[in-house]
Amino acid sequence: MDLKGKKITVHDMCLRDGMHPKQHQISLDEMKAIAQGLDAAGVPLIEVTHGDGLGGASVNYGFPAHSDEEYLSAVIPLMKNAKVSALLLPGIGTVEHLHMAKDLGVNTIRVATHCTEADVSEQHITEARKLGMDTVGFLMMAHMNSPEGLTKQAKLMESYGANCIYITDSAGYMLPHDIHARVSAIRAALGDDIEIGFHGHHNLSMGVANSIAAINAGATRIDAACAGLGAGAGNTPMEVLIAVCDRMGIETGVDVFGIQDVAEDLVVPIMDFPIRSDRDALTMGYAGVYGSFLLFAKRAEVKYGVSAREILVEMGRRGMVGGQEDMIEDTALTLLKQRQASA
Amino acid sequence: MSKKIRCAIIGPGNIGTDLLYKIQRSDFLEAVWMVGIDPTSEGLLRAKEMGLKTTADGVDGLLAHIKEDDIRIAFDATSAYVHAENSRKLNELGVLMIDLTPAAIGPFCVPPVNLDDCLSSGAMNVNMVTCGGQATIPLVAAVSQVQPVAYAEIIATAASKSVGPGTRKNIDEFTRTTSSAVEKVGGAKKGKAIIVINPAEPPLMMRDTVHCLVEGEPDQAAITASIHAMIAQVQKYVPGYTLVNGPVFDGNRVSIFMEVEGLGDFLPKYAGNLDIMTAAAARTAEMFAEKLLTQTVA
Repeated sequence: MDLKGKKITVHDMCLRDGMHPKQHQISLDEMKAIAQGLDAAGVPLIEVTHGDGLGGASVNYGFPAHSDEEYLSAVIPLMKNAKVSALLLPGIGTVEHLHMAKDLGVNTIRVATHCTEADVSEQHITEARKLGMDTVGFLMMAHMNSPEGLTKQAKLMESYGANCIYITDSAGYMLPHDIHARVSAIRAALGDDIEIGFHGHHNLSMGVANSIAAINAGATRIDAACAGLGAGAGNTPMEVLIAVCDRMGIETGVDVFGIQDVAEDLVVPIMDFPIRSDRDALTMGYAGVYGSFLLFAKRAEVKYGVSAREILVEMGRRGMVGGQEDMIEDTALTLLKQRQASA
Repeated sequence: MSKKIRCAIIGPGNIGTDLLYKIQRSDFLEAVWMVGIDPTSEGLLRAKEMGLKTTADGVDGLLAHIKEDDIRIAFDATSAYVHAENSRKLNELGVLMIDLTPAAIGPFCVPPVNLDDCLSSGAMNVNMVTCGGQATIPLVAAVSQVQPVAYAEIIATAASKSVGPGTRKNIDEFTRTTSSAVEKVGGAKKGKAIIVINPAEPPLMMRDTVHCLVEGEPDQAAITASIHAMIAQVQKYVPGYTLVNGPVFDGNRVSIFMEVEGLGDFLPKYAGNLDIMTAAAARTAEMFAEKLLTQTVA
């Protein structure tokens, strides 16, 4: 594989996906310091919002320490070179949230849907494009759709006005050949002016390998999180990805040692627990379960005495998709009832 | 039963057709017209076969027949964009409009909570909120009838196959209309609505979760009793409205986990989201019809 001279845009997730393991409690000072560190290290694009995107503040997903407005207003004015992106899940966030983000100086909006439901993104993608934003369609849980199926969904998002389409491995389930099949199918089907992106999770420790497979298949935007701070076993660790890209001659513009220092000095110290493939995160990657369910399942385990792993496997068996956090407590209660009935 | 109140259905799609099946069973309602815009649409042809008068000229094709056919109630199952015009034209002729779009120009109507108020207000246009609203707002109201609800949040999950192109194109309408009705009808000081679309095969039954944050310690016994009483009310017109888990009490949080199985009239049983809309609309119309019929007799 010769990827020497390829140019990619890396996109940092630790202040958005990293909100999941932080239960959306990152402080404004932590956010500002980390964002400034990433900016100084040369990361060109940084995502900032509630873990579940704009408007995610809720009982279902968790109330954050600060509102999206407060986080975005704190970070954006400090950026020297980096641009800031925001995630929006139709059904949770609305066009009003999109306007708020645009007014605060958000450059890139990422409209996320389940990998078979792209048509719920029309309203938001159309509006973001009209506002002149860098507009990304983000197909989550992409392992649950075939390369052909994803291509159809990607073309819908392209038709609404997205200029970049992401294959999102929300469960950290896919292996490099899965990524290759999906990215190359979409690359072949979309216009040359449309970028392809990849968002990985590290549940099976495949984040970096999958990202390289995506680049090899034509992806030019790669998500990673500094120190891996993200849902499940975290995202692709940014500092590792940058080191690998550097060795392979893939141009990211990010400083190899600078990003290591941000990870070590700023991000690792704010972690509430080590971000690693413990048995629950590993099970998500193994069984293909949405990454953000992790802490909810662990809390249900403590409250109801049903193991998080059992809950996660059952959620996977029932075909639960991103956003169905409410079904974790429901599943725990149902499993508990079944157990009591058979006892 | 010799006399029934005569109705028109605008929009011969899934909702309009399912509604037609429900009205066919009614003791108080008679569906006379089905209004569409495409003469080749399956829904119009089906309605014709079932003995209805049909027009493919939209509401304008119906207006001339309102008086001679004594149409008193119209159901609008089209879209929020055309609803206002449809409503204006029919209201002028004295027809009550039951709005199944998210246009929400008339008061919200959630039958077990505020149907009597809607009927006695004299409003000529009532809005059926959204599927998620019909499935959850009764429960928000059940809690707020016991003690103040500072915040209520509903999560509606529908099977992908039961979510039509209209809802998908305007998904923000769902979020906005539902959260507003969670406040206005449910009685929560602040409301939030979330919709999730699940593509699993075979399709999942509609699921609805209600989280209420109450003021003070929740009165568990009273809240539980109120919730069960409300569920029984909804079951009168949606028999498959079922409590799966809860109420769960956790600090000041009250959570209720519901499943909605439809009657399977025209739409499959998993489409409880669509069934609860058409059932609520039919129920609203029946109550209005009953009132009209008693007035006529008196």
